Amino acid sequence: MELLDIGIKFILIVVIFLISLVVAMYSTYAERKLAAFFQDRVGPNRAGPFGMLQPLADGAKMFMKEEIIPTRASGLLFIVGPSLAIMTACIGSAVIPWGQPIQIGSRIIDLQVTDINVGILYIFGVVSLGVYGVMIGGWASNNKYSLLGAIRAASQNISYEVSMGLSIIALLMITGTLSLKEITEQQHGWHWNILKQPLGFIIFMVCSFAETNRSPFDLPECETELVGGYHTEYSSMKLGFYLFAEYINMFISSAVMATLYWGGYNYPGMDWVAAHVGPTIAPLIGVAVMFAKVFSFIFFFMWVRWTIPRFRYDQLMDLGWRTLIPLAIANIVLTGIVMTFFK
Amino acid sequence: MSTFYFIAFLSIFFSLLVIFAKNPVHSVLYLILTFFTFTIHYILLNAQFLAVVNFIVYMGAIMVLFLFVMMLLNLNKETEPGKHYLAKLAGVIAGGCLLVTLVGSLKAYKLSAPVILHDPNLGLVKNLGKVLFSEFLLPFEISSVLLLSAMVGAVLLAKKEPRATA
Amino acid sequence: MEPLSNKRKVIAFKPLNLLERTYLPEIAKGMAITMKHFFKKDVTIRYPEQKREFSENFRGQHSLKRDEDGKERCTACGLCALSCPAEAITMTAAERQPGEENLYREEKYAAVYEINMLRCIFCGLCEEACPKEAIYLDGDIVPTDFLRKDFIYGKDKLVEPPLNQ
Repeated sequence: MELLDIGIKFILIVVIFLISLVVAMYSTYAERKLAAFFQDRVGPNRAGPFGMLQPLADGAKMFMKEEIIPTRASGLLFIVGPSLAIMTACIGSAVIPWGQPIQIGSRIIDLQVTDINVGILYIFGVVSLGVYGVMIGGWASNNKYSLLGAIRAASQNISYEVSMGLSIIALLMITGTLSLKEITEQQHGWHWNILKQPLGFIIFMVCSFAETNRSPFDLPECETELVGGYHTEYSSMKLGFYLFAEYINMFISSAVMATLYWGGYNYPGMDWVAAHVGPTIAPLIGVAVMFAKVFSFIFFFMWVRWTIPRFRYDQLMDLGWRTLIPLAIANIVLTGIVMTFFK
Repeated sequence: MSTFYFIAFLSIFFSLLVIFAKNPVHSVLYLILTFFTFTIHYILLNAQFLAVVNFIVYMGAIMVLFLFVMMLLNLNKETEPGKHYLAKLAGVIAGGCLLVTLVGSLKAYKLSAPVILHDPNLGLVKNLGKVLFSEFLLPFEISSVLLLSAMVGAVLLAKKEPRATA
Repeated sequence: MEPLSNKRKVIAFKPLNLLERTYLPEIAKGMAITMKHFFKKDVTIRYPEQKREFSENFRGQHSLKRDEDGKERCTACGLCALSCPAEAITMTAAERQPGEENLYREEKYAAVYEINMLRCIFCGLCEEACPKEAIYLDGDIVPTDFLRKDFIYGKDKLVEPPLNQ
């Protein structure tokens, strides 16, 4: 029995891992395809029907390419950088509840790898660790562009982590728990946190754009100024890891946003559905709803990328420190006032 | 118990590497690993919140700043400052103090009765918060004032002095 | 200054009001524009399968013409090679043997006729120089290749296919 539980957990971990990799893989395809659509083009359409096999072709290309390690780079750290980047990107998905417990036969299986009681903080920790991959890689390359990119990434991540944390605090005041599972369960039906915390959500979203180094905050790797940013010296699959980590990060932060503010796997009328289709199918619908939310966030990420131009560095810092942090603090105070007088 | 000894060995090992690493950036990276082992210690002590906070604040923020400064400084042999004899003296005194402390603590060492955790949820945020904001409210607030004063000091240092002619 | 045209527009730098300073309305406007393009029909012509129509005076790959009886028109006078500014054309002349009258119109013909497509600038001067109306640049875009030697087109690629086929 014990062994079976461990086996199920293991399968769940593998499945989530695979899903996040596949989603990241197809995000690269979606990025190119959506970019094309936003610019009245066609996008990749050669590999397979509609270019569906393009990510596989890209992956094969990445693996086949020549591996170059610069002579002046510091050997081990040069390898540690991308490994750390992809590792931190992958372990973030462990605490996200993907769906309600699902009943198969007489067993009830949790669709969450682990429900630790400090789930949000765990995600924060993983995110803050992610910057090391970039920093170590940038420094180990022994290239000034890489170093500049790495330093930009580090300062950007630190700055936006502050306002991200502050925006979360207002949410935590309402939910009263740090466990992602409980937070999701509180948003049953349509009681999504976005209705109570619109400002907090906007701040959180802007910060997650900055944390994932996505446009308009993609200064660490802006080609026009820094050649390629922190991965200038990287080639082959190490470069692939960096690019891949970015897409996995995007997937995870979309999932976090969906969980924290948009109700996760909850949707209006879920009780009615659950009563009609039984305890096996209903959670699966919930999972589908969750993924629909995640994908719409990924779509939004890409939509923003092809709309808003990149910030200048001082504007970035200005936005982070002088706009978002005061806003987040104001949000906390406001939430406190509302909670005191209307409860 | 064996986990504890393994992690404890790792912490000591990495902290020794912090001192003996030639490259300051490597030093900082070893320090990060040391902090990571501390996080595991906290988890072993059933203090999840402290573990995560240690993870976020020390590993995720403070050490990033350390690394940041180290990368920008470009320390190497040529820029190493000459060792003044006063600095050597200070080093000797500090080392002596450490030795005295170590010897003193070793002398006072005796096996205490194993601490039994009465409440397994002791390390949770809720309990920690309640204790911090009731029993230890005054020290907590005082430490926040300390941080505030440090911040004000940093701002003062960073602020440009007004030109004498203006 | 006297305005030359009435197109001049005086730009006033008004300080932004609070709503403008948040940039949110402008961002929303931009997002709407990109979204509009998302649903627009794409303007791409999928080249190898689909082709844009050539203009009437488009100059593409050369073709060596035949006359109405299917005989090659070219008489290897060399005027095209002479007129070619890029020196892309070379040829070797040969005399028509008895019994080849149905192949070549003139008594002298080009045994070898080569155009280096990497040198050719598609100016059309060969076409104009030709007294026999034997060469025209009425073909398609010259296809790509991997080796330089494959860009030297001989008679096998240049001469029009025989009429009765």
